[in-house]
Amino acid sequence: MVTTYLDFEEPIKELVDQINQAKEISEKSDVDMKKTLTELNTKLAKTTKEIYDNLTPWERVQVSRHPERPYTLAYIEAFTGGNFIELFGDRNVKDDKAMVGGFGLMDGESVMFIGQQKGVNTKLRQYRNFGMANPEGYRKALRLMKLAEKFNKPIVTLIDTPGAYPGLEAEERGQGEAIAKNLLEMVQLKVPVICVVIGEGASGGALGIGIGDKVLMMENTWYSVISPESCSSILWRSWDFKVDAAKALKLTAEDMLKNKLIDGVIKEPLGGAHANPEEAFKLVKSEIKKHLKVLKKDSPKKRIDARIKKFAGMGVYNSK
Amino acid sequence: MAWFRRDKEGITTPTTEKKETPEGLWYKCPECNTVVTSEDFEANLWVCAECQYHEKVGPEEYFKFLFDGGKYKELDPNLYSADPLEFEDKKKYADRVKDTMEKTKLKDAIKTAHGKLDKKDIVIACMDFKFIGGSMGSVVGEKIARAIEFARKKKYPFIMISKSGGARMMEGAFSLMQMAKTSARLAQLAEAKVPYISILTNPTTGGVTASFAMLGDFNIAEPKALIGFAGPRVVKETIGKDLPEGFQTSEFVLEKGFLDFIVQRNEMKQKLALLLNMLKK
Ligand SMILES: [Zn+2]
Repeated sequence: MVTTYLDFEEPIKELVDQINQAKEISEKSDVDMKKTLTELNTKLAKTTKEIYDNLTPWERVQVSRHPERPYTLAYIEAFTGGNFIELFGDRNVKDDKAMVGGFGLMDGESVMFIGQQKGVNTKLRQYRNFGMANPEGYRKALRLMKLAEKFNKPIVTLIDTPGAYPGLEAEERGQGEAIAKNLLEMVQLKVPVICVVIGEGASGGALGIGIGDKVLMMENTWYSVISPESCSSILWRSWDFKVDAAKALKLTAEDMLKNKLIDGVIKEPLGGAHANPEEAFKLVKSEIKKHLKVLKKDSPKKRIDARIKKFAGMGVYNSK
Repeated sequence: MAWFRRDKEGITTPTTEKKETPEGLWYKCPECNTVVTSEDFEANLWVCAECQYHEKVGPEEYFKFLFDGGKYKELDPNLYSADPLEFEDKKKYADRVKDTMEKTKLKDAIKTAHGKLDKKDIVIACMDFKFIGGSMGSVVGEKIARAIEFARKKKYPFIMISKSGGARMMEGAFSLMQMAKTSARLAQLAEAKVPYISILTNPTTGGVTASFAMLGDFNIAEPKALIGFAGPRVVKETIGKDLPEGFQTSEFVLEKGFLDFIVQRNEMKQKLALLLNMLKK
């Protein structure tokens, strides 16, 4: 059950409270609340739909960061029914807790799952470094991708990061080189690669595991070169223009698809993924399986050529 | 002393450069305050003879001393920025581009060219910091991608001179995807075994560092350049304390293992020629 409501979800919260009250009344007394409950539930569905059909870009950014939104490991758990072997470490420096991965069995098929992982509570958020990977996270991701390639297993990456970690040690250990290397290598992977933005897709930190045959975004996620807050601080020289920045950046799934920078949008359950995680898992899984089925029919060369052609074609410019 | 001879015509400075020096005749080093005549400064390839401070210069300057006789043919000279997001912050991006083009007489933050280096064909792409901080938008990405394609098809070595604050925010995710685009083309160049030398100059940060700048067969840098993924201000805010002396300089990045070597500007051409010669079949 959802316990955190965003500002614009206030009408939803009020209805949920009313429904809970009505339930309590019917449990504690003989009053028949059936009709009231039906009406309230209809109203809740209608209100939720109205709100979610009209989210502004900034509101979508807020949904993408909802504290109860499911994170990478929850998706993998649901996709594989627990048939998942997590693999740790970059074989060089350490294991990065902000980047997870491993082989999983999805309806009998082995898949390499990789993604940024955010923590589910205060303590774990720190442990996961808020989903901001260090260079060893990107190198671990690459190690696992090469492993998948070796055994001819498809790769699914789940993207959810506020950015690659901008720390001192990250710089010392080559954050830029680590991400760059992943871009170069992912372009050439011989196995099918599907990338899904399940929350935040912030800049190079997201792209570092984001080169795929199909790049998909869930309905209430964002993907851009910079977060609206940082964009506001740099271009407006103030933190107060995040709403304007979110709009200007065209960072929603819908805009990204329109600009042909992604290959598809995955619907979310009514009220967002956090309102019904099980349904969200199902929707994402079915999209992944649908695309994998098609991609597997092509030869590695055909997939790689198409991947290069797709990314090489991105960009809009004038010529005179 | 460089073994090659520079053409006298090859070292004339464009008028835009001269305006930046006081009275158009002198250059004052921002590091050690030494004053030299513009002519001597140019002759020393815009490096302070006293403290070796490497002043930021653009494609025209690099092309003049790297290409034999300062002769080259520019590739794709007509590309200029569109405004795919109709972006507007305090100013419209379209206006910003137009004003910058007028002010700098440049089309965008990069020039790419084909010419000869030590009598051998070469393709050089060089970024220009004067154009919106050398930021990478669609034009920068596209011109690099096309230059790489040209180099791959002709089997000419490719040299990339980076100088950039990173992505061009006003092009949003289009700018981000230039990292993917250039890396994809570099993967094909590597597949064809065509040499790629990445030269990192002051400053090289953000998405440029996290893509083509760090992907050279050889990553080399000018001395004391700022090189990093996150900018120093961001790193400082993240760790909440002052940064160590020399953090994110070329010398630091070399010590950490991410550069092959550091090269003084006046030895750059000689070193490149020697290195490329060693790679010949
Ligand atoms: Zn000096």
